[in-house]
Amino acid sequence: MINPYSNRKYIIGGIFIAFALIFIIRLFYLQIIDTSYKFSADNNSQRRITKYPARGVIYDRNGKILVFNEAAFDLMVIPQQTKQFDTIDLCSILEIEKDEFTKKFKDAKLYSTYRPSVIISQISSKTYAILQEKLFKFPGFFVQGRTLRKYPQPIASHILGYVGEVDPKKIKENAYYKQGDYIGISGIERTYENFLRGQKGVSIFMVDVHNKIMGSFAEGKFDTAAVIGTDIKTTIDADLQLYGEKLMSHKKGSIVAIDPSTGEILMVVSSPSYDPGLLVGRIRSKNYVNLLKDTLKPLFNRAIMASYPPGSTFKLVMALIGQQEGVLNANTRYPCSKGYAPLGGHPKCHPHGSPLDLSNAIGHSCNSYFSYVFKSVIENKKYHNTNKAFEAWRNIALSFCIGKKTGSDFSYELRGNIPSIKYYDKIFGKGKWKASTVISLGIGQAEMGITPLQSANVVAIIANRGWYYIPHIVKSIGNNTNDTTLARFKIKNYTMITDTNIFLNVIQGMSDAVESGTAASLKIEGINFCAKTGTAENPHGKDHSVFVAFAPTNNPRIAISVLVENAGFGAAWAGPIASLIMEKHLTGKIKRPDLEKHIMETNLIGD
Amino acid sequence: MKRKINIFKSTDWLIVSLYVVLVILGWINIYAAVYNEQYSSIFDFSQRYGKQLVWIGAAFLIALTIFLFDSNFFSFFTWPIYGVMLFFLISVLIFGKETNGQRAWFELGSFRLQPSEFMKFATNLALAKFLSSYNFKIKNFRSLLYIGLIIFIPCGLILLQNDTGSSLVYLAFVFLLYREGLTPYVLFFALMTIILFLIAMLVDKFLIIQVLLVLAPIVFFLLNPKIKIVGIGIGIFALAASIFYGINAAIAYKYSTYYVFFAALFLSAIAILIIANKKRIAFASMIMIFLVSSVTFTFAVNYIFTDVLEKHQQDRINELLGITSDPLGTGYNVNQSKIAIGSGGFAGKGFLQGTQTKFNFVPEQSTDFIFCTVGEERGFIGTVVVLSLFTIMLLRLIFLAERQRSVFSRIYGYGVASILFFHIVVNIGMTIGLAPVIGIPLPFFSYGGSSLWSFTILLFIFIRLDSNRFESLA
Repeated sequence: MINPYSNRKYIIGGIFIAFALIFIIRLFYLQIIDTSYKFSADNNSQRRITKYPARGVIYDRNGKILVFNEAAFDLMVIPQQTKQFDTIDLCSILEIEKDEFTKKFKDAKLYSTYRPSVIISQISSKTYAILQEKLFKFPGFFVQGRTLRKYPQPIASHILGYVGEVDPKKIKENAYYKQGDYIGISGIERTYENFLRGQKGVSIFMVDVHNKIMGSFAEGKFDTAAVIGTDIKTTIDADLQLYGEKLMSHKKGSIVAIDPSTGEILMVVSSPSYDPGLLVGRIRSKNYVNLLKDTLKPLFNRAIMASYPPGSTFKLVMALIGQQEGVLNANTRYPCSKGYAPLGGHPKCHPHGSPLDLSNAIGHSCNSYFSYVFKSVIENKKYHNTNKAFEAWRNIALSFCIGKKTGSDFSYELRGNIPSIKYYDKIFGKGKWKASTVISLGIGQAEMGITPLQSANVVAIIANRGWYYIPHIVKSIGNNTNDTTLARFKIKNYTMITDTNIFLNVIQGMSDAVESGTAASLKIEGINFCAKTGTAENPHGKDHSVFVAFAPTNNPRIAISVLVENAGFGAAWAGPIASLIMEKHLTGKIKRPDLEKHIMETNLIGD
Repeated sequence: MKRKINIFKSTDWLIVSLYVVLVILGWINIYAAVYNEQYSSIFDFSQRYGKQLVWIGAAFLIALTIFLFDSNFFSFFTWPIYGVMLFFLISVLIFGKETNGQRAWFELGSFRLQPSEFMKFATNLALAKFLSSYNFKIKNFRSLLYIGLIIFIPCGLILLQNDTGSSLVYLAFVFLLYREGLTPYVLFFALMTIILFLIAMLVDKFLIIQVLLVLAPIVFFLLNPKIKIVGIGIGIFALAASIFYGINAAIAYKYSTYYVFFAALFLSAIAILIIANKKRIAFASMIMIFLVSSVTFTFAVNYIFTDVLEKHQQDRINELLGITSDPLGTGYNVNQSKIAIGSGGFAGKGFLQGTQTKFNFVPEQSTDFIFCTVGEERGFIGTVVVLSLFTIMLLRLIFLAERQRSVFSRIYGYGVASILFFHIVVNIGMTIGLAPVIGIPLPFFSYGGSSLWSFTILLFIFIRLDSNRFESLA
């Protein structure tokens, strides 16, 4: 047993032990010191799947559904799992172009080959039914459930607004939103987003390397349920809304009707409008671009964003301010000679009796009369100074929310405009202007601008004889009647004019306008109402037809403002529309079908 | 009757127990690795764990059968066994079924057999037989040639099957040869080779040649502080370098400066060797030989790496050395494997709780990457236990081999230890990112009949030889 190399067993044994030690050190490092692998393992094998709740349903004031949800499906793909498949077949099922599909598939691959990406979002349930049967032919593709907005009637698109994918800016601002989530972009969908969206839930699944779900993680202990969005009841009357939209068809313009006793907005029409269903689902981006390109600007919500010269409607406010400032009373008479004589017949006026008292001046919408009133307000002795008087005039107007946002729950409401001293100082030079320089403000022209919503609110203030609730479109949110969100709509607001008699004089004039004045042709059988016609001079084209009214005269239930662009005289188009709507709202039926037919069928756009 | 009791008594039950424990641990981990709720019984024969149980049963039968043979049988029939296995290796190249680009399997219905697995014990037997033959001298050139043939014929045939991993296993016999008297320089050179390989892979070859050229005269001067001789050496090189530089300039710098240095080094090396020989400065020759061979080696590594190795092999080495990192591509397997093992922590996630291995994040989790399941579900404790069991087995094998009176048995025992060691180191090393991904199984653990049986045969022939150690003197 003499072996010269016997000692080498120690070297070999030593090498074996050395390797074992190296491995144990390495394992100690991997398994105990380095914690990064533990996180990797969690990300690797857990897949968080977002559960998208259905958005809240929006109802009208009578419980009719304005928008609800239908199931929709996103086609997802995990590129790694796909095998050779018939692209043309898949495209024909999905009704998309092959190029578009190829591009999206490429994008999905670029994002990740082994994580799911949306390849086509919001497949309709009809397409889904077809797709589902054939899905086995397309391994790697699967469908994820979502809900889509659905509208029973194509109305109130501007009120409801629309929902779209959240933009990266919002994602940065608000941690709730993740890439691919939906968010209300305009209208109620936007204003009441936090209620409507509900709460996303998450399901954590264990997945294998192919992202195949192997079961829920920890028996769903860490899953959170999705909370369905809160339903919202609006103040809108769906029937009235539909009726208004019909009347406004083929016309540009706007209708806003408010219940003055509550400030609830009964209808808001901005015409031309669009079918809200066009901005849902896969067709949204295409349709959106088309709507955006449309020269008639259907996406533009004229009711809250268009600033029109108030025209004759402003004479009502002038009448109120004049009385408030003590330069006018019911018996004040001013002459009219087809215009305002002190300035050589400008502003012009139409033929009527002269001189007129306040009530008749309103009834006949005399330009000359209100130019005198404006002059007397601005040159009011008690201020000794044009600027002070002008400021007083302006402040009262502002208290009527003219040139100031009403504070409604519309997103993107604009404030209109009422020029300031500063503005005129800039144009004419400091102290170089006076009442006669800006005389057309008295008849609601010049730089003045008012939105149809503000205009309706002014009428509601008059109807209420001096106060108003902030006009709003949401009546209640969910079942919670004490929600503080809507509390501000329950507070009475007063203007700077508190004397009810001052309003009564104006109301008398408006009543006269219906009885014997400019709106005499628009009487509604069995209903007394007050109105004021207007013709807003439009520097860009034909005058706008303007009409404001409230009905009935006592305990008014509707205050309305109608504006038809480029339609001329107020009593011609805006008046009949307002009259029909009031009739419809108060009596529930129309006794003037010929008028209705005539209005609905007339095309004032020209094409 | 008396003889039987002897065999029973003289059998080393420690190593048998280690074997049984490892096989059963392997089976349980295969169950955990491919666990399928639908077929949750570990005895379900439609699943891998059920099948592995069948292979284990057969392996035990094989082990028993080996004990029925006379212990001299293996020594006596070594060459026929070696010959038959070689025959199988050749036939599989012709009749074998090609899977994954490898022609390594015989297929008989649903039954598959991998002859290269069984070649290992046959080669081991052949080496033991040859090295234990009378008058054998390992320093004899002829002997080395035969040893080379015994090892490289099967190795080459397996390479032809395109199974690089299995062929590399034959490198393990260097331990056996070392134990039997092969010069220790072999181990030293093996180590140097690995170091140079790493340097050559990680450092630009031009930089290596520059560093070596600077180092050589410094080392020489430290050993023999004679400025004159160092000056002559540098002078010769400078002359050679300028000649080659001139030539290269004349042909419009067709070759890079690296080749100028390379050629100059060779030319000057010859000159210096002649001078050193005349002046009898032995270490000058040594330094020059080392210098030239190192430079040649780095050049060869570059050449082999870029022109001989296939893309996926390059990728695996690049990934291992951290030259490239692509955790979703070439580094996917190893990365997932490290995640699985690393996520196990100290005590592991518990039996069947491994998420990485169970859900197929780790590829080949029941075969080549079975160690991940241990790491993930049993944690550091589990990996250390398994590693320790293997190490104890290897050390026990050395112990057993050393106690043999028969040289044949001893050599064979070292062969078993060497092969197991290579498999364990490469397999586990690959799962923890210390070795390149070479698809070889973890002995006794990995799923598969062929590998389990071949390791069983390999081990039990030795246990059988050991149980007979008092009788045989051959």
